[in-house]
Amino acid sequence: MSILEVENLSVSFKQYTDGFKEINHKVISSLSVTLEAGEILAVVGASGSGKSLLAHAILGILPRNASISGTIKYKGVELTAARLATLRGKELALVPQSVNFLDPLMRVGSQVRTASNSEDVVSAQRKVFERYHLGKEVESMYPFQLSGGMARRTLLSTAMVSGAKVIIADEPTPGLDPIVIKEALSNFREFADKGCAVMLITHDIESALQITDKIAVFYAGTTVEIASVKDFVGKGEAIRHPYTKALWRALPQNEFISIPGSQPHPSSLPPGCLFAPRCEIATPECEQAPPDMRELRDGMVRCIHAT
Amino acid sequence: MRKFNGGKLGLFILMKGVRMVTLLVAICFISFLLVKNSPIDPIQAYIGADMLKVGPEQREKIAEYWGLDQPVMVQFLNWGSAVLAGDLGTSMIFRRPVIEVIGERFFNSLALMLSAWLLSGVVGFVMGVIAAMKKGTWIDRMIKWYCFTLASTPTFWMGLLVLMVFSVWLGWFPIGMGVPAGVLSEDVTLMDRIQHLILPVLTLSILGVANVALHTRQKLIVVMASDYVLFARARGEKGFALFWRHGLRNVALPAITLQFAAFSELFGGAVLAEQVFSYPGLGQATIEAGLRGDVPLLLGLVIFSTIFVFVGNLLADLSYRVLDPRTREVRKI
Repeated sequence: MSILEVENLSVSFKQYTDGFKEINHKVISSLSVTLEAGEILAVVGASGSGKSLLAHAILGILPRNASISGTIKYKGVELTAARLATLRGKELALVPQSVNFLDPLMRVGSQVRTASNSEDVVSAQRKVFERYHLGKEVESMYPFQLSGGMARRTLLSTAMVSGAKVIIADEPTPGLDPIVIKEALSNFREFADKGCAVMLITHDIESALQITDKIAVFYAGTTVEIASVKDFVGKGEAIRHPYTKALWRALPQNEFISIPGSQPHPSSLPPGCLFAPRCEIATPECEQAPPDMRELRDGMVRCIHAT
Repeated sequence: MRKFNGGKLGLFILMKGVRMVTLLVAICFISFLLVKNSPIDPIQAYIGADMLKVGPEQREKIAEYWGLDQPVMVQFLNWGSAVLAGDLGTSMIFRRPVIEVIGERFFNSLALMLSAWLLSGVVGFVMGVIAAMKKGTWIDRMIKWYCFTLASTPTFWMGLLVLMVFSVWLGWFPIGMGVPAGVLSEDVTLMDRIQHLILPVLTLSILGVANVALHTRQKLIVVMASDYVLFARARGEKGFALFWRHGLRNVALPAITLQFAAFSELFGGAVLAEQVFSYPGLGQATIEAGLRGDVPLLLGLVIFSTIFVFVGNLLADLSYRVLDPRTREVRKI
């Protein structure tokens, strides 16, 4: 059974323009992903595609002017706000993007301790620091004194010390040198191998491919494809969606060609397939209605032309 | 490492000291010139109503005795060297050394200003916190409305209002002064003094909360929308514990700094409040000295208030350096 299921999730923001006019910006639309225990799922997409909001929506920490529809299930039971309040930080943990997510005026050690749910928080924190090669002196440092790698490991520690079953890591790698990236990613792999689940949100498809099992490709607030890592080989013949193909081909070691255009802004989404305006194989049919997610060759795709 | 740290702090204080000395010299010089060019005639101020009995020759004699016939710069240097030697001169209206008058008045004012400072700081901070945590609700709107209204209310007017309501109508507190009238000074109890202190403190505090409340509210709203509070919520922290752990420490520091930096406003407010309540503090002495042309006392008060405000700002600076780990620990590296 899936440990976390997101079905048909939509997130929109209420915004007031010209003072009184209220507009709804739909930043995530009909998104579905599932996360299995012991598995790492990468959610890959360009920046501005709503990836971080997906993480915040699952944890129920969206700002007040956001509204959500769709269902999120944890261990098969729906995650209501009340249930989420008891699970947040205990069963579900977030690994945030940067050191800015640590309280600037609180010692790093105590911040990790507050995340711990064990009886003896001090020894739990020391154990996890030792595990991630953070010296004893780091404990009494303030966030601004940490190097990039140390900050990353500290953020990871907050999730690991909580004993969560599901970790949602939001862009854990940018700005780090390759060795630290490799280390961070292998930490996730190890965590998943212990029977937990990791959702790795990233724009870095290349490093995601090294450790994940499944990749969900995100475009303009929705998933366009869910594929196994095995599909990402050669010229990408096994890849289903044209956008995923374009991402794959844009990598330096492949063809290094990017496609023209940019993703549509949430306020001006095309009526049909969201990718149609940039798609090489788009037909007039694509612009009629948004395509549904369908199963194809052990994966999922949101394209009527995919084979 | 510790030693190095201490050295840095020493240097900081030394530089501040140099700055204060130059500031004082400049302030003394400017105030001296202003007083010299004001229509106050020191001889007339000294003699007062007996002026008619004093002939022009006698006036000249006094002027000569006091050195008033000498050039302004010489007069300034004479006064300046006396000040440096610790002699601020004799107050004309009190007929006592200026330093003594200031010392006594300062003690009264200190009680007033310190209580108002603490009360407005604590109440203002709490109000700001409540407004920010309940942002957008009626309680937030009430607090904001109160602060905006009071931020534009003159102190003396508020003083009169408080006096009318609590002393005249309700009769809860004495109408003015620092001690009850007609009581021997050795019979004045601490309770008497406190009773006389309450209304001026109230006046100053009612107005003083606005600044710190509005700043705290704004800062806490920013803190509560920050990434680290978002992450704290993601870790399951919520409500009061969340505020206590992350909000308080991030918002207390600017509030403390602001409160120290408000020393000048406090002093300015005290001048007016003391006048309204006839409270025998520094503020009232300043007004008396100005109105009755007591030049030595006025200049002494200028020096004193400059030091007072400067120390307030210095404490504000120091509080940041000592309390904020980002400036404290960086110096260790």
